[in-house]
Amino acid sequence: MKTRRRMNVATYVALFPAFIVVVFAYLGTMLWTVQISFTESKLLPTFAFAGTRQYERLFATSRWSISLENMVIFGIGLIAVCLVLGFLLAAALDQKIRFENTFRTIFLYPYAMSFIVTGLAWQWILNPTLGLQQYVRNLGWTDFQFDWIIRNDRAIYVVIIAGVWQASGLIMALMLSGLRGIDQELWKAAKIDGIPTWRVYVNIIIPMLRPTIITSVVLLSLAVVRVYDLVLALTGGGPGISTDVPAKFILDYLFGRANIGLATAASSILLVIVLVIITPWLYYEYFRPKRERR
Amino acid sequence: MATATMTAGSTAPEPSGPRPKRLTADRVGLYVFLVIAAAFFLLPMYVMIVTSLKPMSEIRLGNIFSLPEAWTIEPWLQAWNSACTGLNCGGIKVGFWNSIRILVPSVIISIFVGALTGYALSLWRARGSNLLFAVLLLGAFLPYQVFIYPLVRIYSSVGIYGTMAGIVVTHTIFGLPLMTLLFRNYYASLPIELFKAARVDGGGFWAIFFRLMLPMSTPIIIVAVILQVTGIWNDFLFGVVFAGRENLPMTVQLNNIVNSTQGEKLYNVNMAATILTALVPLVVYFVSGRWFVRGIAAGAVKG
Repeated sequence: MKTRRRMNVATYVALFPAFIVVVFAYLGTMLWTVQISFTESKLLPTFAFAGTRQYERLFATSRWSISLENMVIFGIGLIAVCLVLGFLLAAALDQKIRFENTFRTIFLYPYAMSFIVTGLAWQWILNPTLGLQQYVRNLGWTDFQFDWIIRNDRAIYVVIIAGVWQASGLIMALMLSGLRGIDQELWKAAKIDGIPTWRVYVNIIIPMLRPTIITSVVLLSLAVVRVYDLVLALTGGGPGISTDVPAKFILDYLFGRANIGLATAASSILLVIVLVIITPWLYYEYFRPKRERR
Repeated sequence: MATATMTAGSTAPEPSGPRPKRLTADRVGLYVFLVIAAAFFLLPMYVMIVTSLKPMSEIRLGNIFSLPEAWTIEPWLQAWNSACTGLNCGGIKVGFWNSIRILVPSVIISIFVGALTGYALSLWRARGSNLLFAVLLLGAFLPYQVFIYPLVRIYSSVGIYGTMAGIVVTHTIFGLPLMTLLFRNYYASLPIELFKAARVDGGGFWAIFFRLMLPMSTPIIIVAVILQVTGIWNDFLFGVVFAGRENLPMTVQLNNIVNSTQGEKLYNVNMAATILTALVPLVVYFVSGRWFVRGIAAGAVKG
């Protein structure tokens, strides 16, 4: 039954701040950014129409290609490892173990901290002259090597390690609440049928966790597109530009290099990537006509 | 054969996995896995703590995982009072107080606006409110890089670029989607009869909000405070772009201290400063316990 709700002036007054935010801060700035990307703007915005020239320049810039490539590597690595580790941790915690709360607290605490903190902590641990590598060498393995953080071809994997450390607790928490939502009867039935535990997980539980997995992938993807401070603190984008990511590329071109045409073109590309990721998901989550919405 | 005796009426917060047998090899393996995982998660914090308590002479030996031989809290004092970013040697405390001054108004204002918007969206009708909510949600997901440059221009034209007001407004703008979502869902879950009764008693929009809904919102306000305090404290991007040189938050100052290239790197001071920066969200995390997880669930799963 539909409740009769009044429309009145106060409602509009209350929604006014949100309206301003949506119209100016979100839509307005977004359109403005896209508009600038089609002009010849350098230090200041101009209206000299440039067609798609900024985009051509952007994709001819090797630093941008490296950034994009890094984002893909980081994304695949982070999502894959977080999903597997997050699920394993959640499944392990779901076995009626002792000290469950303690373990859960330990797995999740990095998520409470800033990416800057995470980046600096791992930068120090992986310091090639005083960190992990030297420690193992001091133990007697004198040719032990783990200097990825200063290697062009490996540094991006260090970013993945730090990212996993920070984010897999979140995935664990999401998966655990997904597992707790599964009916106990299911385990009873599986037991009666004599199905081994791992098969129940692979064939029944994981398919049932599909919504949780989708949510996790979307959340991680958004974190991947946004990744900026982690890279800045951990490697500064280096060595050289080998761990540069799009978000950092954009900030550098906006403020450091004052090339706003190129920076806004790059922002617009990120925008498109995010829209491709979230539009189907938002529709699925919020606007699918599945049940009566309030 | 072990007959699994299920406790009747076992509900959600109970573990749902298969029932454990006695201490078998499987169980031992399970605990080994958990302990190794826990070690991986604890290791960086352990390293940060022991490094911050060692003199530099010990650090140079490269025994990063060893406990200090000569314990010292000097690095902590130095980090707080006199660590340098470039030529400013006021210590991380400058950033700490900047972060506090950013945090307090940002948290209060963003939660208030979010509560008001959520209330109006869930219990009242306005033309276009669904569209407003949809765009608001979308805004939560877009990469911030899209908004930054135009916002800088807008802020400059109204004179709040690089000021405390600028950064507070920014946190309010970008906290709004999640705050609105939290309060909208919360108010929508309250019994509608309550609202109807208040209407029958002649309560208007504002009276119901301030006298009925806000006082009933304590649980969701706690969740919102947890989310906003940790989120705003951990922010780096907005701080570095919008706050201005005088108001740089702790995260930005920390990065400047640690990644500055001048002089010898004082790893012990750096780690003390890093822990100090992580302290506020960590305290929130450990004190709030299950509330934090609730916040994540509310914020992450549905937004």
